[in-house]
Amino acid sequence: MHQFLQQIFSGLAAGSIYASVALALVMIYRATDLVNFAQGEMAMFSTYIAWTLVNVGLPFWAAFLITLVVSFLGGMAIERVIIRPVENAPVLAAVVVTIALLLIFNSTAGWIYTYTVQDFPSPFPDRPVLGALITTRDLGVIAVTLLMLVILFVFFRFTATGLAMRAAAQNPESARLCGIPVGRMLAIGWGLAAAIGATAGIMVAPVLFLDPNMMGGVLIYAFAGALLGGITSPVGAVVGGLIVGVTENLVGTYLIASQLKLTVAFALIILVLVFKPNGLFGSAVVRRV
Amino acid sequence: MAPILQLRSVKAFYGQSEVVHGIDVAVEEGGMTVLLGANGAGKTTTLRAICGMVRREGEILFAGRRLDRSTTEEIAGLGVAHVPEGRGTFIGLTVEENLRLGGYTRSGRPDQSMQRMYGYFPVLEQRRSQQAGALSGGEQQMLAIARALMMSPRLLVLDEPSFGLAPRIVEDIFTIIERIRREEKVSVLLVEQNATLALELADHAYLIETGYIVTSGSAKALADDPQIRRSYLGY
Repeated sequence: MHQFLQQIFSGLAAGSIYASVALALVMIYRATDLVNFAQGEMAMFSTYIAWTLVNVGLPFWAAFLITLVVSFLGGMAIERVIIRPVENAPVLAAVVVTIALLLIFNSTAGWIYTYTVQDFPSPFPDRPVLGALITTRDLGVIAVTLLMLVILFVFFRFTATGLAMRAAAQNPESARLCGIPVGRMLAIGWGLAAAIGATAGIMVAPVLFLDPNMMGGVLIYAFAGALLGGITSPVGAVVGGLIVGVTENLVGTYLIASQLKLTVAFALIILVLVFKPNGLFGSAVVRRV
Repeated sequence: MAPILQLRSVKAFYGQSEVVHGIDVAVEEGGMTVLLGANGAGKTTTLRAICGMVRREGEILFAGRRLDRSTTEEIAGLGVAHVPEGRGTFIGLTVEENLRLGGYTRSGRPDQSMQRMYGYFPVLEQRRSQQAGALSGGEQQMLAIARALMMSPRLLVLDEPSFGLAPRIVEDIFTIIERIRREEKVSVLLVEQNATLALELADHAYLIETGYIVTSGSAKALADDPQIRRSYLGY
């Protein structure tokens, strides 16, 4: 029983990473109808920025905050420079662009930082607490994710810009008629997604260790989480990410060799697509005709 | 008095094809002008050209400023509120959120204007926290008009507010549009299929056929024109 609960908690910690990346994927999907395959590599690149800042002697949280700002601006720049020209292109063209971005970020990181695996500092000590159910590090990761979710919720729910972003994603033409600069809203969305990804990257790096391929698996788990929750639902992305984290951990502990854990994500993706393509929370809009 | 909106030889395009072929239209300040015409005549395209939603050529002047080089969001910021064909409601957002979005270009808190809108449309207040997609057609049209008014516009552009609504509801909506025009001191440019009703309310009318203005004049003169009576009023 104790081991079971332990696995659940460490699954939740991993799941909150997947949830964050899944949320970033969903935000971009809702705004631009595009799955950003580069989301993981963008996060990896952000993590390298944080790593560089820590190595030049900055305190961890200062490096973290600077990285968030840089990632936000970088995400906005990517939308403006790379995504906007293919905004009206066929969806496959846009998908190829995000895959190209994935490769560009991966090889650029390899070129600058080499493919050597690096240690990444954790801001949280690694001690078991709560009767050894969970480590302080996992607890820290979950707390940071929760804080980020609360901030995002408040932003989207209660600020004029957050509301305008939801409107721009839902009905760009009407949003323009309300005077909302839709292009800027999309850029902010990409910026936010990049910052969310950066948070996930920095939180997961102490566990996975930093190298240019660090986020490959995470992206697949996150994708499974986003699909499970319903690719259009932010709440679904978070719930889906957490479920994937816990499932992956339990299955890896009790059922199959942990080397095969990634298979769980793929199996989940296929099962969702076959049996419940809208996911758990997808397309909840009420409509009367 | 100078017109608040003036179109001078305006052409409008869908992709490569020219749909509106150089028309002149003027909307008097504080007045209600109606564009009449059959389906596909170019009425909606004309409205979309004014708000920069389709490619256009020619001169569009609004309160002395050129609109023909501005983007849709800039035009909204200048005080042109467009209720598009199909109402353009944000169906996944609540009624209140829709209204708040209408006030996006206004600085300050929108609560006061929102109360004024609830005064015109009490049903919206009852449904303020419901998803807009759950409203009936008439309620959605009211919401669309209220949302447009939230920006305290100088010109209200309405694209077939009667579309798909029961006759009794259409009458309610037109009564309220007339009241709004007086109380909000807003000029109105209206596109409408229901010519009888539109000519009753408007003071000026244009008849548009296959992208050309074929007749214009006071609404009363058009309502008395035998040819228009035959083609558009049905008697």
